[in-house]
Amino acid sequence: MSKPVMTPDARAALRGAGFSRRGFLKTSGALIVGFSLRTAQAQFGGGPSAGSPAAGQVDSWIAIAADGSVTAYSGKEELGQGIATAQQQLVAEELSVPFNRVTLLYCDTAMTPDQAYTAGSQSHPANFNRGNLAQAGATAREALFRMASERLGAPVDQLAAADGVIRVKSDASKKVTYGQLVGGKKFSLALDSNAKRKHPREWTVLGKPVTRPDLAPLVAGQFEFVHNVRLPGMLHGRVVRPPSVGATVGSVDESSVKDLPGLVKVVVKKNFVGVVAQKPWQAIQAANKLKVTWTAGTGLPGHADFYDHLRNQKQTRDALMVDSKDVGQKLAEAATVVKSTYYHPYQMHGSMGSSCAVADVQGDKATIWSPTQGVWYQKSTAAMVLGLKPENLRVIFRRGSGCYGLNGADTVTYDAAVLSQAVGKPVRVQLSRKDEMAWENYGNAFVMDERAGLDAKGNIIAWEHEAWTPALGNRPGPGTPGNVITGSLLGFPADPFTPRAATEPRAFNNGSNGVPSYVAGGVGGQSHGTGTVKSERVLVHNVPSPFWTGPLRSPARLQNTFAHEGFMDELAARVKADPVAYRLNHLKDPRLIDVVKEAAKAANWETRPSPRPGNRPTGIAAGRGIACVLYEGDNGYSALVAEVEVNQDTGKVTVKRFVVCNDVGPVSNPDGLRNQIEGGALQGMSRALLEEVTWDDQKVTSFDWRTYRTLPLGFEPPKIETVLLDRPDEEATGAGETSITVAAAAIGNAIFDATGARLRQIPFTPDRVKAALAARA
Amino acid sequence: MSAITLKVNGRTHSLDLDPATPLLYALSDDLELRGPKFGCGLGQCGACTVIVKGQAIRSCITPVRSVEGAEITTLEGLGTIEKPHPLQKAFIEEQAAQCGFCLNGVILTAKALLDKNPKASEAEIQQGLSAVLCRCFTNVRMLRAIKRAGQEMAR
Repeated sequence: MSKPVMTPDARAALRGAGFSRRGFLKTSGALIVGFSLRTAQAQFGGGPSAGSPAAGQVDSWIAIAADGSVTAYSGKEELGQGIATAQQQLVAEELSVPFNRVTLLYCDTAMTPDQAYTAGSQSHPANFNRGNLAQAGATAREALFRMASERLGAPVDQLAAADGVIRVKSDASKKVTYGQLVGGKKFSLALDSNAKRKHPREWTVLGKPVTRPDLAPLVAGQFEFVHNVRLPGMLHGRVVRPPSVGATVGSVDESSVKDLPGLVKVVVKKNFVGVVAQKPWQAIQAANKLKVTWTAGTGLPGHADFYDHLRNQKQTRDALMVDSKDVGQKLAEAATVVKSTYYHPYQMHGSMGSSCAVADVQGDKATIWSPTQGVWYQKSTAAMVLGLKPENLRVIFRRGSGCYGLNGADTVTYDAAVLSQAVGKPVRVQLSRKDEMAWENYGNAFVMDERAGLDAKGNIIAWEHEAWTPALGNRPGPGTPGNVITGSLLGFPADPFTPRAATEPRAFNNGSNGVPSYVAGGVGGQSHGTGTVKSERVLVHNVPSPFWTGPLRSPARLQNTFAHEGFMDELAARVKADPVAYRLNHLKDPRLIDVVKEAAKAANWETRPSPRPGNRPTGIAAGRGIACVLYEGDNGYSALVAEVEVNQDTGKVTVKRFVVCNDVGPVSNPDGLRNQIEGGALQGMSRALLEEVTWDDQKVTSFDWRTYRTLPLGFEPPKIETVLLDRPDEEATGAGETSITVAAAAIGNAIFDATGARLRQIPFTPDRVKAALAARA
Repeated sequence: MSAITLKVNGRTHSLDLDPATPLLYALSDDLELRGPKFGCGLGQCGACTVIVKGQAIRSCITPVRSVEGAEITTLEGLGTIEKPHPLQKAFIEEQAAQCGFCLNGVILTAKALLDKNPKASEAEIQQGLSAVLCRCFTNVRMLRAIKRAGQEMAR
């Protein structure tokens, strides 16, 4: 069966527009894809940006110099996730050259193809399957073979390439180098969708661990982060944010700082306030001393009853993901009905380094160095902020501190641009810790109701999920600099919130993992899900948020999976079934089944119901739990077993061991993948145990590492074992957001196994654990 | 502003600075060193760590006047890409990084610890790193790298 051809960027654009890749591949004809793509492009600006090389041309991706060295150009950037190394391996593999002969350049609007965002676990699928960088490499290799065939007078099938040299198989003395064939010249060739990728079984560079080239300069203190960009005559800026949410500028008393050394300018534009000074410390002093009168804030809903506040919103934007229309009836017929509510707080990206950018705005032109995940959207929105033509801007990605999604990268880039424009000189801005944490776009809070019906034998016959989640702003897309705080202070609106009733689902979209793994995912008469339960309903209510929100590693997927997998564990316990066996009884996707089985096997999973028999109700109790997911419904399989100890006197939870099994298609770099799985599991553990945004009636009160807790390096980490299922014949999927998605649920389930207490609210602080212990039956 | 003399990685620099300026800004902006980094400015995360008199200190909350004349070692002072310190080598061997922003604080804190106690146990290493953050959570590899470096440094 032939699938409609879609570039991964088209998929990304569609996903951004709320469609799922898998849903389209399964349900759409090419005509529908074409129509929807145009819609998505019109709405989201996907497609070639002015000034960016055309993605359909080999020369936009690959250049070979006379000495045979290869330069590759990518629109997917290195954020710390290891994708640059893997892309360098990919190009070396497809071109049959050594790894070190490839230089990879990425995300410069003047030089590299427009691949929208580096986000959503889309880099691996976008560039390692049948389009973009991988296809450019394969097309270039076949072109080199054709040139060599002509030069050497031998048919293509009699040639072999290694080390950048093509030889005649029967006479190795007949040879020609890539440099001799094409060195310094263009291929002038369109990407050929029929060019044959190397099969993973032929790989010699891909599929192997490789030392990351950025590590040596990183450990030696030589690596240039965006924080280290220095330009001649560069000045330093600092912003002054409002003291409370919704406050606006009344007046600014410039005389309050006029005598400060090094001050260059106070900049006020609508509600944006900033200062520029010769040196960073001078800018900090000026920002601290500048007298600004602000209006009162708009007030905030109470933190203590915020989840009720979400549930009680009258203005909602609703989406129905699946609805078999018989859930009410099936629940009425069920032998047992189980109901639970799960809660997830706002959490932060909390980047280790506060965000930083450097801008050089000269007249009607600007060059910007930014850690943004989307240089092209940053370019078009910064142009709006500056009142310049987009074609006069160049945005160059420079790595920032790990972002895990939409941290302060985009907002600080606008800060630097506005301040540079005001003084006509290059300006560097690095946010204060508080400005980073109090105003970033938080990962979404969620309230999630789960309800299931069981038959007399304990099988699930119906499952209903209803969620409430607040949103304000997002990543800046085309035309929306107001999706982050600086754009808003400058007067740009955020994406509008439009209340809307749910409509009948037309395509299966599980991009947010709203649909549990155990239901059929029936839409349009077909089953698209991974499970067997046919009676199903998933309804999501988006409501307005008092705080900025945006993608945080596994956005909504983690929250939904926490509820689904915790609830699945409750159902298994209710019928006294083993949690692994009970999951397998309700799954039909063979790859999801495999990761569950392999994780359990590697963990020496003891088949029995939870809670663990024989545990005492006081002191330290040990237990284990499992959770699994098909990330985004189509983008990477993961199952994780957590082993914990719970101190039932103090409420402290210690995670002793994680066993994670992943299937992400062909493994491009096993060590890089392991690094992502390990980091994701621990980050998920920190989020599960500690992390929560807090506020009072006016402002955020978690704005540094004392008020927003995270796990430091100084604790005994759990033993982490990773099992990688290599799938050489499948498509490459995302990997970086898999283990984090299942960590919280597995830990919660392990706590239940150890103690019989169910944790349904993140974070699992000692107080909450003690409350759950006290509530045990 | 006044003349401040700083000894950094064996070289002496004379700078014209407000004596209250935190050392971090002198290092990263006046001397343009890329090792020490601004993470929080509050001494809570470790990104700005430097070594002074054998102690790992937080340069973001250390006024330059308080370290005048003292020998200051930054990450650049440990080793080079060509001749790395055992800790730098071990971090590469263990591929112990993701974004790498925290490496300065992790490696220098571990250096000060291992210089005093090369045979530090895992628990002592964890204790020594109790106030250092890595938000990518490369914890397992980093602890392994430090242990590995300790073994080499003890030889």
